Amino acid sequence: MKIGTQQRRQERIDRGIKVRTDGLYALMSWRELAYLIAPRLLLIGGLLLLPLVVPGMYWLRVISIVCIYALLALSFDFLAHYVGLVSLGGAFFVGVGGYLTALLNTGMGISPLVAIPVAAIFGGVICTILLLPCLPLRGVYFAIVTLMYPLFLARVIEALNILGGTDGIMGIDGVPYVWLEQYGIIAMLLLILFGLRRLVNTDLGLVMRAVKDNDQAVRASGMNITHYKALAVFIASSVGCLAGACLVHTYMWAGISTFALDFSVLPIAATVIGGGGTLVGPVLGCLILVPISELLRDFGTLRIVFYSLILLGFIVFRSDGLMIYGQRKYHQFERWTDI
Amino acid sequence: MTDTPLLQVTNVTKTFGGIIALNNVSFDVNKGEILGIIGPNGSGKTTVVNCITGFVKVSSGRVLFRGETITGKPPHKIADMGVLRTFQIMRPYFSLPAYKNLVIPLCSPRARRTGGWRGGGKLGDRNTVSIDILEEIGFERDSYVPYKTTNTLPTGYLKRLELARCLALKPELIICDEVFSGLSMSEIASMVPLIERLQMDGITLIMIEHRLRELFQVANRVMVLNFGEKLVEGSAREVMADERVREAYFGSEVVEEVMKHA
Ligand SMILES: Nc1ncnc2c1ncn2[C@@H]1O[C@H](COP(=O)(O)OP(=O)(O)O)[C@@H](O)[C@H]1O
Ligand SMILES: [Mg+2]
Repeated sequence: MKIGTQQRRQERIDRGIKVRTDGLYALMSWRELAYLIAPRLLLIGGLLLLPLVVPGMYWLRVISIVCIYALLALSFDFLAHYVGLVSLGGAFFVGVGGYLTALLNTGMGISPLVAIPVAAIFGGVICTILLLPCLPLRGVYFAIVTLMYPLFLARVIEALNILGGTDGIMGIDGVPYVWLEQYGIIAMLLLILFGLRRLVNTDLGLVMRAVKDNDQAVRASGMNITHYKALAVFIASSVGCLAGACLVHTYMWAGISTFALDFSVLPIAATVIGGGGTLVGPVLGCLILVPISELLRDFGTLRIVFYSLILLGFIVFRSDGLMIYGQRKYHQFERWTDI
Repeated sequence: MTDTPLLQVTNVTKTFGGIIALNNVSFDVNKGEILGIIGPNGSGKTTVVNCITGFVKVSSGRVLFRGETITGKPPHKIADMGVLRTFQIMRPYFSLPAYKNLVIPLCSPRARRTGGWRGGGKLGDRNTVSIDILEEIGFERDSYVPYKTTNTLPTGYLKRLELARCLALKPELIICDEVFSGLSMSEIASMVPLIERLQMDGITLIMIEHRLRELFQVANRVMVLNFGEKLVEGSAREVMADERVREAYFGSEVVEEVMKHA
C-alpha cells in the first residue's frame, strides 16, 4: 500500500426499491409495482409496436428474422445456462423443423398454421431421439454431435437427391396474412420467453439447474439425469424447430441452406452480446445483431469482419453482456468508498 | 437383527489403471447398526463408497443389498432402493437457498413414493417438507438460516444439508463420507446426537471418519482399511488393540498432525 494516496473502491448497493419489491411487498404501492413491471412492459410493448414503426415490407421481414433468431438464441441460452449442455445445434433444429413443415405443407396440404406447431413438436422428438446417445456423456460430445448432424443431413440430402435435393422444396405456402405472420411470431417469441423464464424457476427447472451445477449429487439423489437432459433437449429443440418452421414459411422455400451454420453461430453471438443466462438478453442480442447484419449485407462477405469486430468488442469490454449490465444499473447504484 | 445382512460386500476389487484402490474387500452391514470405516488417506475409503453406490464400476466382486445384487446398477437406481451417500467434497447448489437445495432431491421418484423422511407415503408441498427436514437436522426453522443461499452458510450447516439430502429420500442406509471432517470440536459434538437419532429411527449407517473419538462413540463395529486392503474388523476396543492398525493408522495420523501444523 502506498503511503499518502487515498485508496478507493467502488461498491454496488441494491436500490431501496429493489429490496422493497422482493416478494409480496411489491404490492404495496403503484411505484413499486411499476418498478417491477416497467421492464417487462417495455419489452412487450416495444416488440408489439415494432412492426408499426418500421419503414416498408423489407423491414417487416427483418423483424420476422429477428424473432426466428431470437427463438434459436433462447433455445441455446436455456440449454447452456440452465441445463449445462452447450448446443451448436441451431442449424440442426432449423433444418429439421423447416423440412418437416415443408413436407407437411406441400406433401399433405396442411395449412402453415397447423404445420408449424406440428413440425415444432415432431421436430423436437426427432432431434431428441437423434441426440439421445450423447446425453449420458460429459464434456464436449454434445456440442460436437449437434454440430455434426446439420452437416451430415445436408450432405445426405445432396448426395441422395431426396427432399428436393440441391433445389430444395418449393411451392410452400406463406402464412395467410402478413399481420398474422408478424404478430404470430412475436406472440410466440414472447410466450416462449416468459414460459422458459417461468420453467426455470419451477421445481423441474431447479432440478435441471442442479444437473448443470452438480450432476453427481442429482444422481446420488435417485434421479436419472439423462431423463432430465432429454426433456430439456426436447424443449430446446422444439423451440429451434419452431424457428425453422417459421423461417421456411417466411421464405416459402426449404433447402439445404436451412442447415447453414449461421443458425448455430449467430444465436450464440447474440447470447454473448445480450448476456447469457438471462433469457431476455439473447433476445435483445438478436434485436441488435440481426438488423446490423442486414445493414451490412451490401458489404458482402466483408460484413463478417464488422460482425466479428462487434463481437470481439463485446467480449473484451462487456463480457457480462448487455442484460446483466442493464440489470445491475437498474437494481443497484454504485458509489466510491474509502478504504 | 435379521438373518441376511442389509448390505453385503463380497470380494470387491477395484483398480484404476495400474493402481489397486481396493483389493478383495469383503464386509457385511447389519440392519440398524453403525459401521465405522477408518484408514489413512488414500486407503480406498471413498472408493468403497463409490463401488457400493455405483459411481464407479467394480473390477470384480459383488455388492448385495437386501440379498439382491446391486453391482452394475446405475447410481440413481441404487439411490432409489434407499442406499444414499454423502460426498466428501460437498458441492451444494450454491446459488440456491438451503431449503431450495432440498427441493431437488424431493423431486426424485423415491421421495415422491415415500413422502420424504417423515412422510407417510405421500409427498406434501416440497417447500414445506424441505423446511421440516431441515428443522429436524438442526436448521432453526424461524431463523433466516434455511433461506440463506448456501454460499454464505458455514461448513457445519453444509454438512447437515448433505445429510438432509439423503434424508429427503427416506433412506435405509446412509454412507457418510467424512461428515465430521472440517468441523470444529463443538460442531462435531452437536452432530453426534444427530447421528444417534438417525440410528434410533432405524436407519443403518456406514461412517467413514478420521475423528476416532467421536466415531467410536457412535459406531457399533469398526473396519480398518490400509492400502486398499481390509486389515481388521471388530469392536473399537479390538481394532485399537491390533498391532497392525497402530502401525498403519496412527503412524499416518502422526504424519497428518505434522502436516496440519506445517
Ligand atoms: N477416479 C480415480 N481415478 C484414478 N485413481 C483413483 C480414482 N479414485 C481414487 N483413486 C485412487 O485410489 C486410491 C484410493 O483413493 P480414495 O478411495 O479416495 O482414498 P480415501 O478416501 O481413503 O482417502 C488413491 O490412491 C487414489 O489415488
Ligand atoms: Mg476419501
